[in-house]
Amino acid sequence: MNTAFPATTEPKISVKNLDFYYGKFHALKDINLEIPEHKVTAFIGPSGCGKSTLLRVFNRMFELYPEQRAEGEILLDGENLLTSKKDVALLRAKVGMVFQKPTPFPMSIFDNIAFGVKLFESLNTSAMEERVEWALRKAALWTEVKDKLSQSGSSLSGGQQQRLCIARGIAIKPEVLLLDEPCSALDPISTAKIEELITELKSDHTVVIVTHNMQQAARCSDYTAYMYLGDLMEFGATEQIFFKPTRKETEDYITGRFG
Amino acid sequence: MSSAELLLKAAALEQARLARYAQRKLVNRVALTLSLLAMAFGLFWLFWILMETVILGLSGLNLATLSQMTPPPNDVGGLANAIYGSFLMVLLATLVGTPIGIMAGIYLAEFNTTGWLANTTRFVNDILLSAPSIVIGLFVYAVVVTRFKSFSGYAGIMALALIVIPVVIRTTENMLQLVPAGLREAAYALGAPKWKVIISITLRASSAGVLTGILLAVARIAGETAPLLFTALSNQFWTSSLSEPMASLPVTIFKFAMSPYENWQKLAWAGVFIITMAVLGLNILARVLTRSKS
Repeated sequence: MNTAFPATTEPKISVKNLDFYYGKFHALKDINLEIPEHKVTAFIGPSGCGKSTLLRVFNRMFELYPEQRAEGEILLDGENLLTSKKDVALLRAKVGMVFQKPTPFPMSIFDNIAFGVKLFESLNTSAMEERVEWALRKAALWTEVKDKLSQSGSSLSGGQQQRLCIARGIAIKPEVLLLDEPCSALDPISTAKIEELITELKSDHTVVIVTHNMQQAARCSDYTAYMYLGDLMEFGATEQIFFKPTRKETEDYITGRFG
Repeated sequence: MSSAELLLKAAALEQARLARYAQRKLVNRVALTLSLLAMAFGLFWLFWILMETVILGLSGLNLATLSQMTPPPNDVGGLANAIYGSFLMVLLATLVGTPIGIMAGIYLAEFNTTGWLANTTRFVNDILLSAPSIVIGLFVYAVVVTRFKSFSGYAGIMALALIVIPVVIRTTENMLQLVPAGLREAAYALGAPKWKVIISITLRASSAGVLTGILLAVARIAGETAPLLFTALSNQFWTSSLSEPMASLPVTIFKFAMSPYENWQKLAWAGVFIITMAVLGLNILARVLTRSKS
């Protein structure tokens, strides 16, 4: 494990007394959590435990739906992003997200990546080409698509589409990358490629991943949070969570006795 | 249970299954026959109409039909002014109605999906969508023609645009609703502003459907007679001035087909043939566009 960034460094994201509601339903209950910079943090737990909900608070995605609301504090580099006066677009440029299902935009592979970059930077043609290549290389997709950049993004296979979405996410150079079950729709080979990618991404990004797959959390995360019914049950170094969980509930879930 | 009993039971189950399967096959055959008959019934009339149109239409169609003006009774002539009038009014009505329809559809699908204004708009739009076109013709007559004391191409365009708008609103809203929420979220997650998400992502993802809606609206107004009768009226001569009465194919067909003059009746059939082919072409184009995109 990379020890250049000990857990005692400033956290990238601190969640303080966070409560979240879908209308009247209380989905997250008093969550407190610190996500360290340049590490991979995994959220695990059974369906409906609130792990995706928590992830969607980090880039204020929930605000698209008027009946959803969050109370509490989430500090990104020390600033509460829930009450920030800055435009939410700037937050989302800093905190990127990749979803469960691949969502290629209805345009060419090249434009899929350039779309986000153009929102915040005005690059000339060659700089844009460079950026697209850089992002596709980072997402381990370059060799597969370099000869068909003008083809539609939806012509790719599911695993390639998901890597395209990751490339699209990193092309705008976010500091944090949120991955919401990025492999659940993929076959084992594509999954392995993406997991390898996640490990590489942490040198430049702080990665937060929601996963159903406990082996995946164990394989590619540094820290793991176990959630259950809207509560954060246990949070710690992945090794500790998987080998010496302090709570019985965590152990039951990890060992497959439950969930 | 002994093994003999078990065998017996299995045989009985097999029997029951076979009986049930035979029954299901019978039901299937009956349903299939009925639907094939229904299809044959529909196609029979459709092909009959098409055949009559083609035979009678082609016999009256020649170069003069496309190049000469509508003639007086028992004289030679064509439909050039009517074709031009129809083309111009349909084109301009589409240009006026489409942006309004698309923007209203975007409002309903993306900005205000459940508010009272949206629900009212939807309700009114549904009424407009199913309103008899003669009502729209009379409305424009009352509002425009009586006020300016003249039938005009403008009035015809307005009446046709009022038919285009509800069709385009409805199809645009429906097509935008079909765009998966995940695609929208993915665009927002990159920090895209709402207008950018709508124009570059959702509208683009549903462009084939929206375009189909527009083409269907064009096909609909190309054949409308009632809204033009009291608005653009008709004109025996070529005019490109929209403030004058303007000829159109449907109204000319209406006038000529009802007349006792043989040359007018022939021209009416030629007009029917031209409209039918144009509408058929538009429908095929709409089909091709949706297929190649999806």
